[in-house]
Amino acid sequence: MLLSEMKENQTARIVHVGGNGALRRRILEMGILKGSEVYVEKYAPLKDPMELIVKGYHVSLRVEEAARISVDNVK
Amino acid sequence: MTQKRLSIALAGNPNSGKTTIFNNMTGIRQKVGNWPGVTVEKKEGYVKKYGYDLKIIDLPGTYSLTPFTIEEIIARDFVLEERPDVVIDIIDASNLERSLYLATQFREIDCKVLFALNMADVARSRGFKIDDKKLSELLDVPVVFTIGNKNQGIDTLLKKAIELAESSYEIPIKRRVKYSKDIENSISSIEHFLRNWTEGAIPYNIRWTAIKLLEDDKIVKKRVLSKAGKNSQKILQKVQIHRDFLVDRFDDDPEIVMTDERYGFIAGIIREVFTTSTKQRIDISRNIDLILTNRFVGFPIFIFFIWAMFQLTFSLGAYPMEWIDIGVNLLSKSLAHVLPNNLFKDFLLNGVIAGVGSVVIFLPNILILFFCIALFEDTGYMSRAAFLMDKIMHLIGLHGKSFIPMLMGFGCTVPAIMASRTLESEKDRMLTILITPFMSCSAKLPVYIVLAGAFFSARAGTVIFSLYLAGIILSIITGRLLRSTLLRGADAPFVMELPPYRAPMIKSLLIHMWDRSKIFLRKMGGIILVGSVVVWTLAAFPHNIQYSLDYNSEIAKVKASYGAEIETAHEFDKKLLAKKRDHIVAELIKAKKAEKAEKSFMGSIGKVLAPIFAPIGIDWRGSVALLTGFVAKEIVVSTMGILYATDATDDSAALTNALLSSDMTPLGALAMMVFVLLYMPCLATVAAIRRETGSFKWMIFSVVYSTLLAWGVAFCIYQGGKILVT
Repeated sequence: MLLSEMKENQTARIVHVGGNGALRRRILEMGILKGSEVYVEKYAPLKDPMELIVKGYHVSLRVEEAARISVDNVK
Repeated sequence: MTQKRLSIALAGNPNSGKTTIFNNMTGIRQKVGNWPGVTVEKKEGYVKKYGYDLKIIDLPGTYSLTPFTIEEIIARDFVLEERPDVVIDIIDASNLERSLYLATQFREIDCKVLFALNMADVARSRGFKIDDKKLSELLDVPVVFTIGNKNQGIDTLLKKAIELAESSYEIPIKRRVKYSKDIENSISSIEHFLRNWTEGAIPYNIRWTAIKLLEDDKIVKKRVLSKAGKNSQKILQKVQIHRDFLVDRFDDDPEIVMTDERYGFIAGIIREVFTTSTKQRIDISRNIDLILTNRFVGFPIFIFFIWAMFQLTFSLGAYPMEWIDIGVNLLSKSLAHVLPNNLFKDFLLNGVIAGVGSVVIFLPNILILFFCIALFEDTGYMSRAAFLMDKIMHLIGLHGKSFIPMLMGFGCTVPAIMASRTLESEKDRMLTILITPFMSCSAKLPVYIVLAGAFFSARAGTVIFSLYLAGIILSIITGRLLRSTLLRGADAPFVMELPPYRAPMIKSLLIHMWDRSKIFLRKMGGIILVGSVVVWTLAAFPHNIQYSLDYNSEIAKVKASYGAEIETAHEFDKKLLAKKRDHIVAELIKAKKAEKAEKSFMGSIGKVLAPIFAPIGIDWRGSVALLTGFVAKEIVVSTMGILYATDATDDSAALTNALLSSDMTPLGALAMMVFVLLYMPCLATVAAIRRETGSFKWMIFSVVYSTLLAWGVAFCIYQGGKILVT
């Protein structure tokens, strides 16, 4: 499943972060990487971007970026 | 006795409380400027403590030291090239895991580093426990707990920093990130090449250099190329072989694998030093966000905040602006009495004081605006605003935070451009700065009111609204155009931290506000002064004009003849005749002014430019008015008032009549309004663009682009309209 398909208040484990180059690395450097647990706090009022909790802090990500991240163990 | 000097650099993630600690260390003894060549703020402070002269440098807040953003390059280069005696890495204790990512990179870079676990109280209240001794031991780094906003632990931090600076330094071999076997092998063989083939020409830690080469770090690669001499190509070839091998081995780029492994290493540290009690307190910040970024009320609240900021800036700001205006007028008037009538007086009053006055008058706006922005930033609301607006702004190729400068642009472009400082990505900032002048600022409104009022009386409102809309649309088009040409490049990913809400500290708000306003006053004053003097000179010279009519003697003649008539007239007619006389005299003075304007250099330039403006339906008088509008857009109206021989400032109906009886058509008026909307920004704005983009090139680009665009659009409207009408 893709991170962008998750609903609010769901938790999952990140399996793979796709994309390329520097942008992908930036996402990884912020702690959004393979094995991390991610919680979808909410979507912005216009459905984009989304707010996540990862490694204990709140971070926002655009839906198009979240669509490159696959997750499993969605709860 | 001269004291020993030490330099201490403060590094850390954004929102780690770094600036608060910096403010507490240095108080108001700060020097704010820009890092060379870029628009990122550079702050330095000087402290005398424990017998040392300490120079504290506030590095830009970063999440990493990858040369990905301008802030990261600055922070890294400072540590590498300026070699501060100590680097203090400020770590948000309530956000330890991610903060350690930056910390481990400082560990790798070979500098004396010290950790401040800041916001220790917040961490404790959230049930986090951090074993500082263990952390210190595991990473071989001094660790100090601090509570920045309560000024706790800051003295200990400085003491430890001095201790560390004075201690002899050994590279902590065992305390660094250890990568997996294949990567370590590659690192050591590249280290080997670097040692044997460069003869010590690499000024950085060799292991760090090897790691960066393996990560394909463009900047380090370039420096190795320039410093390693004849063997540099050979080294890069070896690096490439190792990279290829690792890509093959891990099925991913080495830098990605290494990022992964660094977080793996950090996870190991976290397991040993970090415990959290199961009892989680209520998270106030999350509750606030339930409302402020709520699906239904999030936007209304946001719009309210922006409205309030706008109101404060421009309505509340109007009072002190008036006082300043009165003050400047008072000064001007009293000087007018004291000084003898000569050229110098005219220069001082109409050139210098009028010019500088036109800048100082923005100060209340700037102060209030920056106070509001500091409030948004320090509380954490700014990132929520970006979160809300990002979807809309992204359509133009901009970041959510660009919204605020663009909105401010409807008030005044100068503070709007300065507000773009809140954008982190340099490209977003440039783009925002370049399109903000198309927002119709409040100074353009008087021009619209006069022209639309005269020529579109019934539909003036619709015309003015369309102009505002046209500005927005053209800014969007320009934004998209620049995004796909000059400012190309992938959008920065929107991985933006939404930090917990914090109560703002008044001291840091005021420091923030004053620092930015100071830059405004100091730097822009100079440019504006020069510009006003130039415009004044063009309007005042040549000084001795051959008038077509001897106005002075004509006035005297009129006065004399009326004087005689009034003498003999009836009591009742006396007043009437006096009124008539005054009217004729005023007409003559106006005619003189108009002729003076026509024959000044400004008028000559206007006449020279007239052929350029003819295709868009603007005559030489319009051209001169537009030229003087460069000082400030409102001046377009007063210049038109002088040139169309009426007194616009007192009687706008007179100007309306004069315009209607001139050969200007409604179509020409429309073209002129569009031109005013789009053409080059006013002097203060140009100075702000120069200042904020840090380059003359962008300033020139903005002036040329907007003027060409203005001409093009006005041309289409005027010529197209002419075809439609006939």
